[in-house]
Amino acid sequence: MAETAYWEAIRRAHDEEMARDKMVIAMGEDIGVAGGTYKATSGLYDKYGAERIIDTPISENSYTGIGIGASMAGMRPIIEIMSINFALLALDTIVNAAAKIRYMSGGQIACPIVMRTPGGTAHQLAAQHSARLARMFMSTSGLRVVTPRGPLDAYGMLKSAVRSNDPVIIIEHEQMYNLKEEIPDEEFFRPLEGAEIVREGSDITLIGYNYSVHLCLEAARRLQADGIHAEVLDLRALKPIDRETIRKSVEKTHNVLVAEEDEGPVGVGSEIITGIIEDCFYALDSQPVRIHAADVPVPYNHKLEKAAIPNADDVYHGALKALGKI
Amino acid sequence: MTDADKKRLLREMIFYRRFEDRCFEAYMERKVGGFLHLYSGQEAVATGVLEMAVTHQGEKNDYVITGYRDHIHAIKTGAKPREVMAELYGKETGSSKGRGGSMHIFDASQNFMGGYALVGQPFPLAAGLGMACKHKGTKQIAICFLGDGANNQGTFHETLNMASVWNLPVLFVCENNGYAIGTSLDRSTAQPQQYKRVDTAYNMKSSKHDGMDIDVVMSEAKKAIDYVRNESKPYFIEFITYRFRGHSMSDAKGYRTRDEEQEWEKRDPIKTYSDRLIKANVITADDIKAMEKEIDHEIEHDIIKFAEESPEPAVSDLNKYVLDDNPDPRWIGPLQK
Repeated sequence: MAETAYWEAIRRAHDEEMARDKMVIAMGEDIGVAGGTYKATSGLYDKYGAERIIDTPISENSYTGIGIGASMAGMRPIIEIMSINFALLALDTIVNAAAKIRYMSGGQIACPIVMRTPGGTAHQLAAQHSARLARMFMSTSGLRVVTPRGPLDAYGMLKSAVRSNDPVIIIEHEQMYNLKEEIPDEEFFRPLEGAEIVREGSDITLIGYNYSVHLCLEAARRLQADGIHAEVLDLRALKPIDRETIRKSVEKTHNVLVAEEDEGPVGVGSEIITGIIEDCFYALDSQPVRIHAADVPVPYNHKLEKAAIPNADDVYHGALKALGKI
Repeated sequence: MTDADKKRLLREMIFYRRFEDRCFEAYMERKVGGFLHLYSGQEAVATGVLEMAVTHQGEKNDYVITGYRDHIHAIKTGAKPREVMAELYGKETGSSKGRGGSMHIFDASQNFMGGYALVGQPFPLAAGLGMACKHKGTKQIAICFLGDGANNQGTFHETLNMASVWNLPVLFVCENNGYAIGTSLDRSTAQPQQYKRVDTAYNMKSSKHDGMDIDVVMSEAKKAIDYVRNESKPYFIEFITYRFRGHSMSDAKGYRTRDEEQEWEKRDPIKTYSDRLIKANVITADDIKAMEKEIDHEIEHDIIKFAEESPEPAVSDLNKYVLDDNPDPRWIGPLQK
């Protein structure tokens, strides 16, 4: 076991998969000579060369499309999109091509491409660098969407994504790249499906994904001090969603809160709560609570930004509200 | 090229025309749904270019990709005509098992990587296919057929730039039929000479030729394909052509005159080639008539019959092919608790 930062975990997964299989390549802006904005490919350009660690021009739609085309002919490209905001430029190739080619070819052609991108707010990056967009990708048939909360999943899910035969979007987070965790030295994999209970509890289920799992964990610690035992569930995958694990937890705790960093409308919380109502409505003792960002473009001003984006305090108070304590 | 080859090529082009005519009829009979874009008039381009490529050899083929006017490109690459027709009929035996339709013909077994309905989307996919050929070290190339209308998409510029920077073995074939659906080139494009938009801008070799004469197409395509294959570099080749029918079935053709259409009909690639072969005593007019009769018979009694009689996909299979239907649990899960 070694303490590993999130970015180091991603880098290690790249390195191992590229060493194993020549068909694995990485593409993206500044990932090669410059070493990568988040260092996720640092040092790999020297090791694997310009033909496998490919610095692209700033042409998101087409370099993603080139990766998809290469995947159709048997390659395993890992695309880094520097910010999820820029993934909007590549939506045509992601949604209209990668997600649909298997289906519209009658299962003949797979697109085993991995697209990694940080989706979340950092500090004062303002509206065009703070998008989250998880809800947009989770609504697209033909994609897998995963949201590693820490180095263990960042490594293990990237390894799995490279080997899976489906297009996978890995949503990372700018505030998590330096997050550290002990991970095994030997090779391991973490599956692309399945939610995980990351803290056991009996009074309420706090559901998060990606960065919001950490908000839920912090809120759970504070609730513990109040004598409330919160269970924390990490969705891990937003597509497909593991409704079974959610149902079991809600049937145990009878109360639920969903925390997302995205805006609320047509969001992760809406989807999860609808699933709970369909699957185990009568297990609920209270109205489900959604914690989400304000429905505004993310502001630059620090105070406004803070007000727009949910934090652990919001989750804590949301849980108290759900339980009728405030 | 032997006389037998010349006769075969003529037969192929006549077959393609008749095949598309029969698709038209099937559409009018409401046997075919959705959108239908026919290739009539442009036959010399796909036939001539692909005659010079590696086709009909399964996985050894060059990769071919195109837009939604895709039936003929698929067939000339190696797809079975009866499967293409069955696809139009939405049948399980169709080339895409009835999931794609006219605009999404695929035949992975022949490296025909699809028809796409988003104008310009195949540009980057083609470059990716070329990248895979280069990476694997095969001598295969990728051939991307698109129209002049696609060249006003960002993907054209982005992809040609990358294909050139990375020396990808891709032949970009521009089938310039003068219209982006119903908007003429001179009304939509600052530089109507498509090949001129490439050479200095993307430092890529390019040229322009007559797309109505299959002999011209073949000789120019051969040079371009040899260059792409041997140099491992992209090439952009523009063929001036004309579609005899509307953009799709819902096209009243209000944007072009009957005079213009008649001028182009005089240059019908099938007529040009058959006249040439008759004159050279390769074939007689009677041979051609017999050929047409035989083709019609094949279309009716083999191709249409197959499409008509094939089963539709089972509704219980609705959710197949969305993701890998047999995923490896090691990568996919479920998570071991």
